[in-house]
Order: sequence, then C-alpha cells, then structure tokens
Amino acid sequence: MIASRPPFTETASQTAGPYVHIGLIPHQAGFDIFETNFSNILVGPATKGTRIRIEGRVFDGLGAVTKDILVEIWQANAAGRYNHPADRQEDKPIDPSFRGWGRAGTDFKTGIYTFETIKPGRVVGRHGHRPMAPHVNVWLAARGINMGLSTRLYFSDEAVANAEDPVLNMIDPPLRRDTLIAQREDRDGEAVYVFDIHLQGERETVFFDI
Amino acid sequence: MHPGSEFHQRDRSLHPPALTPHYKSTVLRSPRLPLWSLQNSLSEVTGPLFRPEEIGLLDNDLIRNYAHDGEPIGERIIVHGRVLDENGRGVPNTLVEFWQANAGGRYRHQNDTYLAPIDPNFGGCGRALTDENGGYAFRTIKPGAYPFRNFVNSWRPAHIHFSVFGTGFAQRLITQMYFEGDPLIPHDQILGTIPDPAAIQRLIAPLDMNAAIPLDSLAYRFDIVLRGRRQTYFENKLQGA
Ligand SMILES: [Fe+3]
Repeated sequence: MIASRPPFTETASQTAGPYVHIGLIPHQAGFDIFETNFSNILVGPATKGTRIRIEGRVFDGLGAVTKDILVEIWQANAAGRYNHPADRQEDKPIDPSFRGWGRAGTDFKTGIYTFETIKPGRVVGRHGHRPMAPHVNVWLAARGINMGLSTRLYFSDEAVANAEDPVLNMIDPPLRRDTLIAQREDRDGEAVYVFDIHLQGERETVFFDI
Repeated sequence: MHPGSEFHQRDRSLHPPALTPHYKSTVLRSPRLPLWSLQNSLSEVTGPLFRPEEIGLLDNDLIRNYAHDGEPIGERIIVHGRVLDENGRGVPNTLVEFWQANAGGRYRHQNDTYLAPIDPNFGGCGRALTDENGGYAFRTIKPGAYPFRNFVNSWRPAHIHFSVFGTGFAQRLITQMYFEGDPLIPHDQILGTIPDPAAIQRLIAPLDMNAAIPLDSLAYRFDIVLRGRRQTYFENKLQGA
C-alpha cells in the first residue's frame, strides 16, 4: 500500500537531559510529589503468568557504566496479547491486571535498572510471517541521547522460538542478534534475565528504526 | 494486524542525528551502526494507555503541587496546546508529562549543583491527560536559563521538557519547549542538534495573549505533533477506546 506524506510534521525530538528523573521518576530525583507513581513493577497480585525479573546496565562507548538513563518497557501479557485496542488477537485473553508498561532509571550508584514483570507470550507476526518469539520492547532516553532508542529484549531460554523469530532473523550479521538476548540466571528460585545494553562500541546493541 | 494501524515512516531528517559533537554528551552515547528498519508489528503499533484516575487534581498545577508555605517565586505562566498526529487529528486521553528548572534556573534534583537557590515551594514537574480534542494545559512559573558543562560558557535558553506517549509505542517522544524571543535560542548547542530550521521553529512557543489571565498569568502555546497512522478511520476507533 502506498501512503503519501501526511499534512502535519512530527515534532522534533530533544534529549531528555540529565534531570529526566524529575519529570518521569521524581522519587529518584530525591522527592515525592504525585499520589500515583509509575514504576518498574508491572505486576499486581492478580496478574497472570510467570514472574520474572529483568535487570541490566547500559554502557557507553568507552565501556563505562552509565547511571542516568531512563529505561521503559512495553510487552504483551502471558498469553501473548497487548492490552491495547489495536491488538485484535481475539483468541487470546486480555489480562486487566496487566498494563504491560513500566519505567525505571539506572541507579545513580550502581547503574543497574530492574523490572518486576511476567514472561510475555508469543505475539502474531506481520501478515505472512511466523509468530514472534516472546520479547519485551525497550526504549531508552537520557542526556546525550538526542532521540529515544528502541530495541528488543528476547529470552535465552526460548531458543526454538528465537530461531524462527522474523525480527531476529532479519539482523545481519547473525552475531549481532546476540545483543538482544537476555541471559537467564536463577537466583533463590527467581528467574532473572540479565540484559546489558551497549550504546556504542564493539558490542553495540541492535537499535531499531520503528 | 490491520494495516491501517501502522504508522507513517518516521522522517528522520528533521530529528537530530545520534551523533552531534557540539553537544559533547552525544559522542560516547550515540550508536554508530545503522538502525535496523523494522516494519510495524503489533509490538510497535500498540502502547500503554493511561486512566484519568491516575492523574491527581493538582498534577497540572506546578504553582501549587509542591507548595508548602507559600507560592513559588517567578513569572506566572500558563502553557497550553494540543497533541496532534501527522494527519492533523487531536490525540485524546494521552499522557503528557513535563519538567523544568525553577525561576532561577535550578532543578530540584540531587545531581544539579548550580548555585541558584532551590525554591522551597517548587517541585518542577507535572502531567496531564489530553482532553477529547487532544488539548492540554498547565500552570507554572517561567523557568530560568542555566549554564551546563559543554563549552566553557554554554547556557540553556529557558525551556520545559515534555514527554508524550500517543497511542502506540512507536510514537513515544521526548522533546523540549522554548519561549518566543529568548536571546539564548540561537546560541544553544542542544537546540542546535536539530538540522532543520523549521523544526527548531516549531519548538519555540509563541506568547498567547488571548489565553493570558489579566492581572495573573501570561500564556504560551505549544502544539505537539506525533506520528500518524496510515488510515485515519482506525484512529476514530482508538479515540473511543
Ligand atoms: Fe533542562
């Protein structure tokens, strides 16, 4: 389908700057202001699915750990359906207790970000493509990042699904696909997926123009 | 997935590139390999939706939402506008978040060490859900200019940071709003990361005397345009969602 350029022009992006925490995670900036805060915990007691923890660090071009990055994630529920009207996979239930979105800041001291969430199910691919492997959509903003960076987190214990994922399979050379695979570790009975992001350098993470 | 829920391709020529050496922080934080172009799947055309009950009554009133024993110091202003998409339609019920320095140019942030004083009655952040036409408004004080470590004498023009969602994660956008007539605008290395002069101009909010409140507040108007979906009839459905 051919789509001509629409009449209005998208507003230009600007860096989130060093003080992004004030607006989006004020608690990390050092104060409390809103009654309801958005957070890195996506699950409630009623949420269906396997509890997991995602954690990682974000490295700059010298390999240094950055400590001021905003990380947001967006994902499907355990059945593989997004809590959104554009997802019409009627055969899968919506989980009303799971929005599927969270935000975190990398810690000012350790640089570690974390999310408490559930493992997403598989979502249909584009028309004519295989279903996508379970994945989490990741978006980064910070000082020194002029425009939010989009990437995806896939799971190391989903080798079969990953091998037929239409997005992973597109990435060339195949070695770079590894930058999108979070490595599973089992810690005290909890599944932890470690997802380090490299903004630049030899192991630069694959970022997408979506 | 319905093809009408896909977004128009992003025109990256009007956004800043990742590497802009005059804004030095980008040098080590810019990916150097090309982005992989991804045709939209459900993962990109969907995104988080927010509910009115998540927004507090004072969340869009920065003059009062952190006031303890008085009002913040500074020039009282109203900032208002609409969130539109590229098809020119208002984006209703979408989350707009904003943050800024106080009148002296100091942020309430543990990492901000600028010598201007903290204002005990000013937090510097707020948020709103757009109304059925995509409209938003908030009340605040005009932020001050502040220096930042880039060149020896680099100053940011007065600005307010904005974060916007839209209805799909591919619309996610963070930007900054500037004020008409600010003499620092042509000197700013961060605004200067944007290659397109017209795109810069659209970030400069004009004074809006029609919206000013006599003997109380001046007003500035700032419209934000997000990416549009390829078929507009689909958006009608989202608006009712
Ligand atoms: Fe700023």
